[in-house]
Amino acid sequence: MSHGISATITQLSYLLAAGLFVFSLRWLNRPKTARRGVGAGVAGMGLAIFGTLLHPEIIGYGPIVIAALVGIAVGIPLSRVPLTAVPQRTAISHAFGGLAVGLVGTAKYMLWLGDGSLNAFRTGVICAEVILGFLTFTGSLMAAGKLQEVIPTRPITYPGQNFVNLGLLLIALGAGIALTLDPTRSFLFPLIILLSLTFGVLLIIPIGGADMPTVIALLNSYAGLAAVMMGFAMENKLLITAGALDGASGLILAIIMCRAMNRSFTNVLFGAFGQVQAAAGPAGEAKPIKSATAHDAADYLANSARVVIVPGYGMAVAQAQHRVREIYDELTKRGVDVKFAIHPVAGRMPGHMNVLLAEAEIPYDSLIEMDEINPEMPQTDVTLVVGANDVVNPAARSDKSSPIFGMPIIDADKSRMVLANKRSMNPGFAGIDNALYTADNTLMVFGDAKAVLGEIANALRAEGKAAA
Amino acid sequence: MAELDLSSMLFVLMLSTFVGFQVIQNVSRLLHTPLMSLTNAISAIAVVGSIIIAGEQKDALSTWLGAVAVFASVTNIVSGFLITDRMLKMFKEREPKR
Repeated sequence: MSHGISATITQLSYLLAAGLFVFSLRWLNRPKTARRGVGAGVAGMGLAIFGTLLHPEIIGYGPIVIAALVGIAVGIPLSRVPLTAVPQRTAISHAFGGLAVGLVGTAKYMLWLGDGSLNAFRTGVICAEVILGFLTFTGSLMAAGKLQEVIPTRPITYPGQNFVNLGLLLIALGAGIALTLDPTRSFLFPLIILLSLTFGVLLIIPIGGADMPTVIALLNSYAGLAAVMMGFAMENKLLITAGALDGASGLILAIIMCRAMNRSFTNVLFGAFGQVQAAAGPAGEAKPIKSATAHDAADYLANSARVVIVPGYGMAVAQAQHRVREIYDELTKRGVDVKFAIHPVAGRMPGHMNVLLAEAEIPYDSLIEMDEINPEMPQTDVTLVVGANDVVNPAARSDKSSPIFGMPIIDADKSRMVLANKRSMNPGFAGIDNALYTADNTLMVFGDAKAVLGEIANALRAEGKAAA
Repeated sequence: MAELDLSSMLFVLMLSTFVGFQVIQNVSRLLHTPLMSLTNAISAIAVVGSIIIAGEQKDALSTWLGAVAVFASVTNIVSGFLITDRMLKMFKEREPKR
């Protein structure tokens, strides 16, 4: 009897957990209620774990407790990484998610194989679970390596790459189907694992840093789908619900990222963007570059009414967000209207810039999306570009031969003046020349973003004091 | 064991995918990074399967695989929720004009 009661409690806590997960995401729709969303998520997860621990099949808690303690010990430091490293942390977390799903699938397969309860349905979903889990595992590890720059971030390509990748995936799927048709062909199972692990690595090798936001979102989606498959294998509806929420989230983010680059999934995954740059534009029209000192830049900024700051990955690399905040403070003090123009793919993951600027305590109502800020650009006196490149490249609007043609950009060039901070004149991540830097209304401010912006902030401060 | 309830599982999948699309589309773009770390933590729901495998202790290998899966899932749960909250705490509105 008590079995029946504990099974009911388990089912009820799973049901509540599923509801709480939906609310958790629902509350994330705006900053005011977002932290409540975390609370709901924690409560849901707590209930799910509680309900699971009541399962009558569990005969010993030792391994669970030890593994959980180690997990907590690793998880806490992972949550304290600097915010510039959040994309890597996210990728590692996708890898762990994929690993967990893959291992459970493997264990389940072997147990069922052993006790003879392996049927076609179980084999089929376990194959899907294991393929998704393990390719997410190695793919995400590769993505994390590229983001941390322990692996070269430039796309690595070779002839026939797409053929090899697709071939591997097809062989893995074929082996899965063959195994499903006859679950006794168990020799195929290790092959499927091996192929999925390899496919994950090969899938990410040709992908460049600028495409990371899309790829991270896609891997997020795969991790969710893998959990869905685990739900089917274990006949657990909570797993299906939570996995589907995660899968939907990753997919939506990936679609938003693709739209923001005017590209398709297939193009991101198989396009090897920015590898070969065909002779860009008509040759030999080296336009002169005008540059300004940090002092000049401070003057221009101080004497304007409306300033828009366009941050990019360069700001994150240089950890310059706190210098940006100083400039923001000095200008706001003078009554200058300062806004931030956020391109959806600026940075290395969706929303990356918003988090960095929030960390620097810039109020979120100053962070404006691309579509909202663009109509205001012609009335902007000075646009300050900090470590952004492709997202402000006017070639995306005008130059049909440019690889980024058609990508929506922030219309920095339409403002009255552009101050662009860059380390040097090397082309940006995608390896594309940027016409913005040679435009008549652009002044380049060369140097490390953190140092240059610090100088601008100091100049503004000194001038403010002198005036007072 | 109960009969396989495939159709109700497919219903759950369809409806929760639909709910997911609706809910996620309403998430502010400001919060896409925290959204991703929150869904990371939620998809660590794989902990449910991991706990069962590690707790059943049917044989040494499956117990080990389950324990590693518990470790990976708990890591994601802990770091995912903590970092999401840490990031969300930073999002502040403009202070009221003094």
